[in-house]
Amino acid sequence: MAAIIPLSEAIESLLNNGDTVALEGFTHLIPMSAGHEIIRQHKSDLTVVRLTPDLISDQLIGMGCVSKLVFSWGGNPGVGSLHRFRDAVEHGWPKPLEIDEHSHAGLTNRFVAGASGLPFAVMRGYRGTGLDGVTPTVLPITCPFTGEELRAVAAVNPDLSVIHAQRADRKGNVQLWGIVGIQKEAVLAGRRSLVTVEEIVDELDPRPGEVVLPTWLITAVALSPRGSHPSYAAGYYQRDNDFYIAWDAISRDRETFLDWMSANVLDGTF
Amino acid sequence: MGSTDSFTSDEMMSIAAARQLSNNQVCFIGIGLPSKAANLARRLHAPDLVMIYESGTLGAKPSRLPLSIGDGDLAETADTIVSVPEIFNYLLQPGRIDVGFLGAAQIDRHANLNSTVIGTHRNPVVRLPGAGGAPEIAGACKKVIVMLRQSPRSFLNELPFVTSVGFGSGPGDREKYGLKGAGPVMVITDLGMLEPDPKTKELVFTHIHPNIEIEKVIESTGWNLRIADHLEVTEPPTEEELEAIRSLVAAGGLPLVR
Repeated sequence: MAAIIPLSEAIESLLNNGDTVALEGFTHLIPMSAGHEIIRQHKSDLTVVRLTPDLISDQLIGMGCVSKLVFSWGGNPGVGSLHRFRDAVEHGWPKPLEIDEHSHAGLTNRFVAGASGLPFAVMRGYRGTGLDGVTPTVLPITCPFTGEELRAVAAVNPDLSVIHAQRADRKGNVQLWGIVGIQKEAVLAGRRSLVTVEEIVDELDPRPGEVVLPTWLITAVALSPRGSHPSYAAGYYQRDNDFYIAWDAISRDRETFLDWMSANVLDGTF
Repeated sequence: MGSTDSFTSDEMMSIAAARQLSNNQVCFIGIGLPSKAANLARRLHAPDLVMIYESGTLGAKPSRLPLSIGDGDLAETADTIVSVPEIFNYLLQPGRIDVGFLGAAQIDRHANLNSTVIGTHRNPVVRLPGAGGAPEIAGACKKVIVMLRQSPRSFLNELPFVTSVGFGSGPGDREKYGLKGAGPVMVITDLGMLEPDPKTKELVFTHIHPNIEIEKVIESTGWNLRIADHLEVTEPPTEEELEAIRSLVAAGGLPLVR
């Protein structure tokens, strides 16, 4: 059964320095507050797994928490570059960042394999592209039935998978809806899992398109209202597109970024 | 405003691209220029265009241009929302999507696309966002339409990195790589349109937009560009098309620089 505990306690007890941590949420329901708690606790040497490393990954990288990024699209959606990610990859600031790069379909299938308890997944992809050969987690495989040459992608099984959801009940059953991305697979692939939620309710009434994760699949649930901002939680608050646009200027310069993080994240007000 | 005499090259590009989409087509849409053109088509001649964004929103009908592929407006107006494994494994990979509509930072003469890195992967000069859904969109959709602005920095003789395969190094490469779709059928730029030669798979410049000089096109291409024997001039925007794109942009949703 999931333990319902404060976010600070969850990060302290479930995440160690040097761990592989997946932070999932595809544009919607991004676990921002969990990322901020990781930064406040100065976790280090992390391997972060995330299809779309956006602002939360930019902040974790810029604050020196990350030594390796496993990803498939690293930009500020609709705005442009992730400047802290670029600075780390291009100039090694604040420290060198190792990358394991995929397509969305490839990293998705790595989560699917991890969730399935299999060592790899099979897909049609990578062939002819530059990504085929720059990552050791993609290798050729021949279909034993048809002879078609396909690609095997290695399972990813994070030490901790973190997602954000709309609600949990008091037993720790979790409910999310709207764009649900790769969140279910991320939780199932994780050796441990943490779900931050907008609210904890007595009973989960059904919602269209919902995904329910039973409490026995989850390690811990932490209450975190507005825990996805500037991403969003359908039914609770909208995506703060103005903040995504503003992040471009905040993150472009190292000093401006550090000042902003110090004033807004390290003191816990954001 | 509203005059057909004056329009920008970006407006012409979006309008030319929108014309390529037909009603009831199922179209997998990249963010940025393709999203703008597809939403324009839906307001003009293709109201029933089925727009799919890689966030899993199928049949999205946004009231204004989305900033990201996962804006709330896309989810709220979608026919249904599916998970990311479902969109890539069940919908895209088996070839169920009619048109893949992609942007890119760079392109070569065989319509291969780079959105990953300038420099080398190990020693990047400019690190770009990367692949996202593009390689599988380019590989598996029944056909692909590409949009990007044409310049010596974007139309390269040789790409530093192939993110998505157009025709590889020429005829037969898509088959060799097991790519099921037909590949790029049209590249639309701010200067004109290019189509692959059916035999050599090299891009041929087939349409020039109004008020564009051919010298400008040649200067903006990093390889020895083939120009069609019967180069056509793109139909200029109609008043209806210009009004539609201007009201779409005026409705907001995107940063002004885009």
